[in-house]
Parts: sequence; structure tokens; C-alpha cells
Amino acid sequence: MRSDSALERLLADGEFVVTSEIGPPKSADGEDVRRKARLMKGHADAFNVTDNQTAIVRMSSLAASLFCIQEGVEPIMQMTCRDRNRLAMQSEMLGAGALGVKNLLCITGDHQKFGNQPQSRNVFDLDSTQQLMVFKRMRDEGEMWCGDSIKVPPRMFLGAAANPFADPLELGVVRLAKKAVAGADFIQTQAIFDLQRFDEWMGMVRSRGIDKDVHILAGIIPLRSAKAARFMASKVPGMSVPDEVLARMSRASDEKAEGLRICLETIEELRGRPGIDGIHLMPVNWESALPEITERAGLLPRPQARR
Amino acid sequence: MIIGEQKPLDEIIAMVEKEGGGRILVAGCRSCVAVCLAGGEEEVEQLASSLREHSDDRSLGWELRTVTLQRQCERSFDEAISELVDWSDALVSLGCGVGAQVLSEVYPRRVILPAIDTSSMGAPEGGGKWKERCSGCGDCTIHLSGGICPIARCSKMLQNGPCGGSQEGKCETSPERDCAWQLIYDHLRAKDRLDLLEASLPPKDWSRSRDGGPRTVVRGRGSGR
Ligand code: SF4
Ligand code: SF4
Repeated sequence: MRSDSALERLLADGEFVVTSEIGPPKSADGEDVRRKARLMKGHADAFNVTDNQTAIVRMSSLAASLFCIQEGVEPIMQMTCRDRNRLAMQSEMLGAGALGVKNLLCITGDHQKFGNQPQSRNVFDLDSTQQLMVFKRMRDEGEMWCGDSIKVPPRMFLGAAANPFADPLELGVVRLAKKAVAGADFIQTQAIFDLQRFDEWMGMVRSRGIDKDVHILAGIIPLRSAKAARFMASKVPGMSVPDEVLARMSRASDEKAEGLRICLETIEELRGRPGIDGIHLMPVNWESALPEITERAGLLPRPQARR
Repeated sequence: MIIGEQKPLDEIIAMVEKEGGGRILVAGCRSCVAVCLAGGEEEVEQLASSLREHSDDRSLGWELRTVTLQRQCERSFDEAISELVDWSDALVSLGCGVGAQVLSEVYPRRVILPAIDTSSMGAPEGGGKWKERCSGCGDCTIHLSGGICPIARCSKMLQNGPCGGSQEGKCETSPERDCAWQLIYDHLRAKDRLDLLEASLPPKDWSRSRDGGPRTVVRGRGSGR
């Protein structure tokens, strides 16, 4: 095992894992994170703690991860390349390791233009592939990127993101292969509504054998309303929501119920796909949906990781 | 070439007023900023007449003269206009940020008012568009990316492929902006050299870019290596 992560253990044991998401608050209220953690505990194996998501300032992912740990919930700390140079990244990796964070997700980060402070500078000293290279070296070689040795290296299960719906499709797969070599142990995908395109992508991933090197968790967002679906289709970068899904949502008399139905159907479809080792559920602005989804999808109770 | 555009007239007027008006020399440049139609002879004359009009409408009594230098970024050209500069109270530069600075160095007692916002190193696209092409990173690697620079042309300077926001050829930041990685992909595919994209680029050495501090190139010594 590369880490003491329960997520890593479950994946190694061949469990179909469930990860979800906890968004830190736009405040210094630690109780907010604890409350969410308590609400969601037991409904997923680990929880992404987002890092200034969509470039909106929130409590740091490290601090919020610590609140999760205190509630007995395993965090997957996200870290964007947008906000930190390699010095800050390495020091935060050390701090996170010391504080008991066991999973770290390396991501590029949405452009600051989407946030509430578009006047800020971005960093991008490293891209997410290079970030993985640095963290892998720290963990496996016990060395900083510059070669200085680390007495107590961080033990961390490393993740990365992939978007099957971004263009050019083929180049996205090449980039995923690079991430796998660079150090990604697991991958979470963008939310899947367009199964046809997903299958096309997954076919390319499998034909390169990338699914043998990394665990792939399929991204799922339950649609809360037809309006939310339209927003995602048109305003969120890198999303693909087919017309058919939009039509189902706008026809529905009970939009929430229809959203859950679509979500459960998608999970059922994806569970049968070779190379998919779990799902990543992102109940954006709808945290309370998580228990119902995991229950109805037959994903409960979550297994205990062997120690 | 260097790309820049003229500041809005009211901002230029505000700068001149703050400096007290009087005798105003507008100094342009025949090089890059003339090509991007920001600070060439024609723009210099236009700006001067706009300032004159502003003064006449308000009886401010401003006097205006103009000059367009061969290259405002070279001292020798700047030195040749000392008589005009001596005549003037205020000096408005329609050169790029480099030209305006050299002018300021040559005439240390003058305040140089920058009337151009200099943005980048780029090329004309036609149709009145100039696009950024190079960020001066000091370590050129465009042979690895189809002759297209991801440092200057990707909104996130990504070196190992596109982010998840690239869709239908456009960058997530704007439907008006091409995704650099789509351009790179299309170019290398046409050349049948997609193999180039399989190689991972390790963290870049930014010490040769602006991050290493302002750079000086000395002939024969190489670019700061
Ligand atoms: S790689 Fe560096 S030097 Fe080459 S075009 Fe890009 S920014 Fe300029
Ligand atoms: S969409 Fe393309 S150009 Fe824009 S940030 Fe992403 S990779 Fe770079």
C-alpha cells in the first residue's frame, strides 16, 4: 500500500467504491464542515474537499479536510495548480500528510474568470501532470522535487481528474495516460450524462490499457431541476448534457424525482462497464440527496476497509 | 512584434491635465505600435488633434506638437528630438512600454505620460486583430508542440495537454478564444506527428523567464544560461 488510505485499501480489495464531495464554506465556520461530514458519513468511502471551487474563495481544503478527519470521515483533499506554485504545493503536501490526510487530488483548477475575483493572477507554475510527478517523487523517493531528502515522507493516495467530454477527445486520453505515468493512483471523471461519448472515451482508455494502471471512478451529478440541467449544459465548462436528458427534465412533473431517476439509471449503467471501479457522486447544492441515492442504488452499507 | 493599444482618450486627457497641460509633445513610433495601429504617425496626429480640440473647447490654451520616431526604444532616435522635448511641458508617449521607458531615461527631468497599454508579443491576424504568440519564457520548446506555444496561448500555460474546459476548439475562458491545445492537436495531426504529444514535459525551469528577475541578454553569452 502506498498510503494508509481506506479508499486505496477498498480499491485494492476490489470493492466498487463511492466517493462524494464536501464543499468548504465561504466563512471561518468549522462547524459547517463538521455538520456536512456528519450528514454524509457512511454514505461514501471518502469525500473530496474542494479547493476554491470555480475560483470562489472558501475555507482552505486543508483546514476543511482536518474537520472531516475529526468527524471520522476520510477526506480527499483537492489542490489546484491555479493558486499555488511548487513551493506552496510541496509544503502543503507535507502539512496534509502530517495532519492525517491520506488522499490528494491534483487538479488544474477552473480559470479565475469564473469566480468572484477575476482580477487575480493565476499561478500554473506546474500543470496537474507535473504536480503528480512532484508528489509521486515526494512519496516514493522521499525527495523534494529539487532532490533534497525528506526524513518522513508523506504517504498519500494520489488522484487526478479526467474529462471524457473535453476536446480533442484523443488528446484527453493521451493526457490521462501521462497522468497515470506521472503518479495518479485513481481518476475521477467529469459528471457523465452523455453515455455514448463516455463509452467512446472509455474504449480509447481501455485500448491503451490505462484502466489497468489507475482506478477510474465515474463522475455523477444528480440533477435537481430542469433549470440546473440547462445551466450545466450551457454555463459549466467541459460539461455535456444531451438534449434527451434536458427534455426528460423539462417534461417531468416532479423534477427532483426525475433527476434522481436519471442519476440511478446512470449509476446502474456504469456499474456494468469494465474498467470502472467506483463512482464519484457530486450532489452539487443538494447534499441531502446523497443518502437517498446510495440507498436506492444498493450501495449501502459501505464496506469497512481492512486495516 | 510588440502589441499594444491606445488608452481611452479621457484617460489620456486626465493624465495630461494632472501634469498641468501647457506645451504638449506627442511622440509616436514607426515600428511595432505603428503596425498595430496604436502609435504610428496617423495615430499621433489623431491624438494631437483630439487633445487640441479638448483644449479649444475649454480654452485651456494647450499647444501641441508631434513627432514619430523610427524606434522609440533606441536612445539615438530619442536623443535626436531634444529640441522638441525642451520646448514641451508634457510628453505623451505613443510608443510601447519599452519605448516610453527609454524616452524617460533619455529625458530624466520629464514625466513621460504613457498613452499606450502594451499587452504582449504577437502577430497580426488580419481584420484588425493582433494575437499574443510568445510570453518570453526564455526557454523555447515550441518544436514539441507543433510550433504553437502553450505558454502564451493556453490560458493556463498547460504544457502536457488540454484542461477539461476545452470544447469544440474553444478555450473555457471565452468562445472567442481558440484553445491552444486544439490548435496544437490539429496541427500535429495534419503533420502526422501526434507521437510528439506522448512525451511528458517535467516541471518547467521558470528561472529563465521573468520569474528569475528582469533579464539581460549579453551578446555571445547566451540567454542567461
Ligand atoms: S515557449 Fe517560451 S519563448 Fe517559445 S514562444 Fe512560448 S513563451 Fe515564447
Ligand atoms: S481550454 Fe484550452 S486554452 Fe483554455 S485553458 Fe484549457 S487547455 Fe488552455
